[in-house]
Amino acid sequence: MNESSRTTLQKKRWLTDPKIVPYVFIAPFLIFFLVIYLYPFISTILMSFQKIDGPGSVEWIGTKNYEKMWNRNFKQALATTFRYAFWDVVVLTIVPLIFAVILNSSSVKFPAFFKSVFFIPALTSIIVVGIVFRLAFGTLATAPANRVLALFGQPPKDWLMFADTGNFVLVLLTLWRWMGVNIIYYISGLQAIPTDLYEAAKIDGANSVQQFFHISLPGIKPVLIYVITITVLGGFAMFTESVALWAQNNPGGVGRTIVGYMYLMGFYKNNMGMASAVGLVLLGLVLAVNLLQLIAMGFFRKED
Amino acid sequence: MKYSNRIDGKRQRVKTFLATALMFVTAALLMVPFYFMFLSSLKPGTEMLRNGLSLTFDPGVSSFKNYEALNTYRDGIYWHWYKSSLIIMLLQTVIGLVLSSMVGYGLAMYRFKGRNAVFTLVLILMMVPFEILLLPLYRMLIKVHLTDTYFGVILPYLVPPFMIFFFRQYVLGLPKELLEAARIDGCSDYGVFFRIMVPNMIPAYGAMTILSCMNSWNNLLWPLIVLNTNEKFTIPIGMGTTITPYGNAFDVLMPGAVMAVVPIIIVYLFAQKTFIAGLTSGSVKG
Repeated sequence: MNESSRTTLQKKRWLTDPKIVPYVFIAPFLIFFLVIYLYPFISTILMSFQKIDGPGSVEWIGTKNYEKMWNRNFKQALATTFRYAFWDVVVLTIVPLIFAVILNSSSVKFPAFFKSVFFIPALTSIIVVGIVFRLAFGTLATAPANRVLALFGQPPKDWLMFADTGNFVLVLLTLWRWMGVNIIYYISGLQAIPTDLYEAAKIDGANSVQQFFHISLPGIKPVLIYVITITVLGGFAMFTESVALWAQNNPGGVGRTIVGYMYLMGFYKNNMGMASAVGLVLLGLVLAVNLLQLIAMGFFRKED
Repeated sequence: MKYSNRIDGKRQRVKTFLATALMFVTAALLMVPFYFMFLSSLKPGTEMLRNGLSLTFDPGVSSFKNYEALNTYRDGIYWHWYKSSLIIMLLQTVIGLVLSSMVGYGLAMYRFKGRNAVFTLVLILMMVPFEILLLPLYRMLIKVHLTDTYFGVILPYLVPPFMIFFFRQYVLGLPKELLEAARIDGCSDYGVFFRIMVPNMIPAYGAMTILSCMNSWNNLLWPLIVLNTNEKFTIPIGMGTTITPYGNAFDVLMPGAVMAVVPIIIVYLFAQKTFIAGLTSGSVKG
C-alpha cells in the first residue's frame, strides 16, 4: 500500500466508520422518539398536574385533575370503552381465525380472490362508511336493520340511542373493517406451520378439530399474541368509529369513548390539564390489560 | 377400498362446496355497504332524507347528477379536500417508508451496543395509544408554527414504530452474505443499502405502502386537530363537516364517499400481489 492511499483511508469520513454506520441507520428513529414521544409524554405528565387557562396562565394544582376525573361522564366513557374493547377483542380474534383456517385448508376454491375481497373494507374511510352504517341502523322503520328485524316479527329499534345496541353496531362496523386484515395475519402464521405435522396427525387418526387445537393453534401463537395485542390497543383507543356513528359531541354521550372524552375535555372544554390526566389513565389501562394478556398467553415464559 | 375412496371424494366435494359457499356469502355481505353507497350516490338527497337507505335501484330518480354537484358544492371544495388528502398520503408514505426501512434494516443487519434496548423501545411504542400524546404535540406545533400545515399533519408519522418492526422482521430473513459480498466489492454500507438491499425489500415496501396509504387516507383525529383552513381539510374532515344537526348534505356525501374509495382501491390493486406476499413473509415470527 503506498503512502497516498493510506492517508485517504485514514481520512475516511467518520460517517462510513463501521462503528458509526449502524447508528446512522437508526438515527431517524432516535430523533423521532425524542421529539414525537418522549417530549410530549413528559409534558403530558406535567400538564396532568396543572390547570391551564391559555398559554400564559399555568397553575400547579397537584392531583386535583385526577380527583375530579371520577365523574358521571368519565364513568360512562369508561364503561363504553370497556364494553367495546371486550367484544372487539373477542370477536376480532375468533371470527377471522375461523375464516383463516377455512381459507388455508385446501377445501376452498379461489382462496386468493376471497383474501383480496375480505381486505377491501379495511381500505375505506370510517367516516365515510360510518354514514352508511348510521343510515342502515337508523331510526326509520324502513332502515335496513329494522327491516331485517321485521322479517323476524320484531318491532323497529332505535339502535344508536342505547349503549348495548350502539355497541353492537360499533363492533359490527369494526368486524366489517378489520376482519380481512386479521385473516391475512393468521394465514401468514398458518402457512409457517410445516405440513408434515398435519400428515403425521392424520396418520394417527386426528380429525380436523383435533388438528386445529393441537397443531394450528399452538403454531400460530406468536401471531395470535400479536393480533390480540394490537386489538386491545385499538379497542381501548377507539375514537373515529364512534365519531362516525354519533356526532363528536352528542348530548347523551352514548358511544363516547375515553379518547372521545379526552378530546372533549381538551378542545371543547379547553381543559388541557384534565385531558392529559385522562390520557394517562388510558395509557395505564392499555398497558395493564396488555401486560395481563401477555402473561396469560405465556409470552414471558421461556420456551423450551 | 375403491368404495371408501369414492365416499371420501364425495365428502371432500361437499366440504369444498360448503366452505366455498360460506366464503361467497360472507364476501357478498361485506360488499353490501359499498352497494348501498353507490346506489345512494345516484339518488337526490331529498329522496335519502325521506326514505333512508334502500337496496332497490330506482331508475326514476337515479342519475349521475350528484357527481356533477361535487364540482359546484361550495365552489368545488370537495376537490380541495381530495388534493389535501392526496398530498398528505404521498408525503407521509414516501418519507415513512424511506426512514423506517433504514431503521428496520439497521436493527436487523448490524450488531451494535444498545441494539436490543432500541428494539425493545420500538416494541413498547407499538403498545402506546398514540392518541394520548396528541394534546402536547399540538401545543408543540403551535410553538414551532406548524399548525394548519401539511408537514404538521405528517410529523407524528415520519418513522412509525410498526413499520420499523415490520422491516426489521423482513430484513432478518435476507442473507447477511449480501452485505459482506458487496463490501468486498468496495461498496460503502450506504451504497449496499440503497443499491442491493432496497431492491430485495420490494415485497416489504409493497405491504407497507398499502398500510401507510390506508392509515393516512383515513386518518381523522390528528388532521382534525392540526388543520383549520377549510381548503386544507382532508376528505374525512371535510365529509364530517357536511354532517350537521340540521340535516346532512347527502347529495355531496354519497358521491363524495364513492369517489373517496377510488384512489385507495387503485393503490391496493397495484400493490396487492406484493402486499399479501410481503405481509405474509415479513409478519410476526416469534
